[in-house]
Amino acid sequence: MAVAVPPFETFYEAHRDEVLRFLGRRLGRQRAEDAFQDTFLRALRAYDRLEHGEHLRAWVLTIASRIVIDAGRRQRPQGEMPELVTEDGRPAFEELAPLTDGLPPKERAAVVLRYGYDLEYEEIGDALGSTESAARQAASAGVRRLRKEQQQ
Amino acid sequence: MTSTFPSTIDERFRAAAAAEGLLDVAFDVLETDIGPLLVGVSDHGLCRIHFDPEPERDIEELARTYGPRVLRASKPVDRVRIELDEYLAGKRRVFDLDLDVRFVPEYHRRVLHELARVGYGETTTYGALAAKTGNPRAARAVGTAMNRNPIPIVLPCHRVVGANGSLTGYGGGLDRKEHLLRLEGAIL
Repeated sequence: MAVAVPPFETFYEAHRDEVLRFLGRRLGRQRAEDAFQDTFLRALRAYDRLEHGEHLRAWVLTIASRIVIDAGRRQRPQGEMPELVTEDGRPAFEELAPLTDGLPPKERAAVVLRYGYDLEYEEIGDALGSTESAARQAASAGVRRLRKEQQQ
Repeated sequence: MTSTFPSTIDERFRAAAAAEGLLDVAFDVLETDIGPLLVGVSDHGLCRIHFDPEPERDIEELARTYGPRVLRASKPVDRVRIELDEYLAGKRRVFDLDLDVRFVPEYHRRVLHELARVGYGETTTYGALAAKTGNPRAARAVGTAMNRNPIPIVLPCHRVVGANGSLTGYGGGLDRKEHLLRLEGAIL
């Protein structure tokens, strides 16, 4: 049976420390405060549509990563970033997300955080509650699985 | 709920969540003369008052009934806090609050509707209340409705006593029932 979605209070209390630390590392303390609020407001807006309470930690850290990317874009003066492709040609989340739908959650999160958000494996390990090498393995297992699916 | 989490960041998020209307229920625990009360407010109005709160259990119950977006936030509860404080200080006789009884079963809702008309300082009996709902033999069902009253104090189930004048029971304990009736001057 699927794990029920916990009350938002419980979810928030369980993950707020980690989300704030994660944002602090990426953005510095000052900007992390705004990003923290944006992260949990975004989570709250989507919360009643969640179908089960699994992988909430990876979920909220994925939202936080996305807020970091958005904050980075806002910082650029022209704001003319292309919507779907980042500067170095890596697909952004919007493009990557549907492709990775069929992956197991951990592999999916690792692939999206690595190739969509350009996070270091160490940070992905933090986000997923595992290690750098486990994150590296999950991402490469995810990519292998995607390749195999494409060939079929 | 102890934490070293920075309280300004925490309070700011909670206030924003409530201000944006994103919560199914905002709750807070109020310290009052009759002990701590957990108070829940939905966008329809006051929906819950718990005596002797156990936040973890109470929050689960709120989430099951109203939806999972349950968060502690003080602002939406302010009005209830003020009116309860005034009432418990003997300075208020009537509550002026919107109530949310959407999820109370139909017959119990009728009972609560009649209960709401029992005035400050008055008492009634289970049988009399049953008669007012058009079903004089339903005293036991009225007892159940009182027992499950989601908003005690404001929906004044403390004003319902046994036919022989005994206090019978109260979800918040007989001490509190006696305290409230004494406060209202219904007993000496």
